[in-house]
Amino acid sequence: MKTIFLLIFVLITNIIYAQDIDDLLDGEFDNSNNYVSATFKSTRIINANSIELVKKQHLNFTISHRFGSINNGISDFFGIDRSTIRLNLEYGLKDWFTVGIDRSSFSQTYDGYFKFRLLRQSTGKWAIPVSITYFTSFEVFTRKFTEAERDNYLSSRLSYVHQLLIARKFNNKLSLQLTPSLVHRNLVPTALDMNDLYAVGLGGRYKITNRFAITAEYFYTIRSPRSSEAYNNPIAIGVDIETGGHVFQLMLTNTSLMYEGGFITGNNNDNFFKGGIHFGFNISRTFSFTKIK
Amino acid sequence: MNKYILISLLLIAVSLKVLSQDIYYTKSGLVEFTSKTPLENIEAVNNQVVSFLKTESGSINFGILIKSFKFKNALMEEHFNENYIESDEFPKAKFKGTITNIKDIDFNKDGDYTAEIKGKISIHGVTKEIEAKAEISIKDYKVIANSTIMLKPEDFDIEIPGIVREKIAKEMTVKMSINYELYKK
Repeated sequence: MKTIFLLIFVLITNIIYAQDIDDLLDGEFDNSNNYVSATFKSTRIINANSIELVKKQHLNFTISHRFGSINNGISDFFGIDRSTIRLNLEYGLKDWFTVGIDRSSFSQTYDGYFKFRLLRQSTGKWAIPVSITYFTSFEVFTRKFTEAERDNYLSSRLSYVHQLLIARKFNNKLSLQLTPSLVHRNLVPTALDMNDLYAVGLGGRYKITNRFAITAEYFYTIRSPRSSEAYNNPIAIGVDIETGGHVFQLMLTNTSLMYEGGFITGNNNDNFFKGGIHFGFNISRTFSFTKIK
Repeated sequence: MNKYILISLLLIAVSLKVLSQDIYYTKSGLVEFTSKTPLENIEAVNNQVVSFLKTESGSINFGILIKSFKFKNALMEEHFNENYIESDEFPKAKFKGTITNIKDIDFNKDGDYTAEIKGKISIHGVTKEIEAKAEISIKDYKVIANSTIMLKPEDFDIEIPGIVREKIAKEMTVKMSINYELYKK
């Protein structure tokens, strides 16, 4: 009995001490936490923001166009004659904090926004299933008021957006994002519109190859039944094409607006399934201002 | 009874002796790779390389987390991880090998040596035999090892599309600089 006990004791001491260095190496990596990166290729899924932020000390410049609806045919060259443009600059103050400014030609709208990363999807020791980013923006349209007889205030021009972007990269190919949103407009165009509009967005991408992906996006808006008949929810399908330094996003969508307070509220959205389809694209280029390598 | 205790103590002593056969290690080794072409120079640095070195047998290994490679341009870093080395699928690179001329190196004496290393390197799910030379200098039980090897992306099934072919070198220069310390549990 004692012999067995001693043998076991000696055996255990030997196991503890006489370990192989390859086991030591493998042991070093067991505890490592692996953050999931590149859930989406761009900071936008199509029209709406994705959970992706701009890296620290990087500047992202995006030019976007949406053309007129294609159902007018050749008379306006399938909408190409009528285009809206958005110029966007966004900068990563921190890896978890992005600031951005936009200028859209529609209603001469300016907007500014912040994006904060709250949670990062990871595997390993502390596995987290989703990434969460908070997005908030304010928008101001600067076109002249057409209703001159009404009292028009500066505050009437403002809209605010709050979004919680919740995304999961399921595997190397598939990423999905759920986007609970609130849009507040100080002034709404008609009695049917709501000052506070709640919406839920669903977006996703599926990679065909490492540099080519299919994307889709839809927002469901929560309105009264009478009101929902009058508006079309934003819908879009597209592709992401990545070259060395650029990301090209080509899309078909039912909106020509490229800021949240515009396309979610839907006053100018067309009916996608009755030919109200707009072609458009985003092109983005990232510049690095990192000093240290 | 006394005899048993004596035997076990002796065996433990032997085990401890085995332990103190000098394992050197580091968790902060430096590996950097450079791709030089007339169009673009690409550099990436990883200073979290784990390595163990067993001086008695001469066995040596490296473990590298691919995502710890830092590039100057974050987009390049993302492309490296996503499109080329596919670090979600293949998160680690490993080397396991031996110093073939270990008998020539005295780790208890200060001095400079050239080590000849032979082993297997695994990157992107592909394992390849490689040989390399390393300059080793020993001082006060600290071991500094430097080595440079050339690796071809195509050997490891890393696809480079035609559009960027001219911007990425056919061969990468991989420089390693490791400061080992005595391993203590």
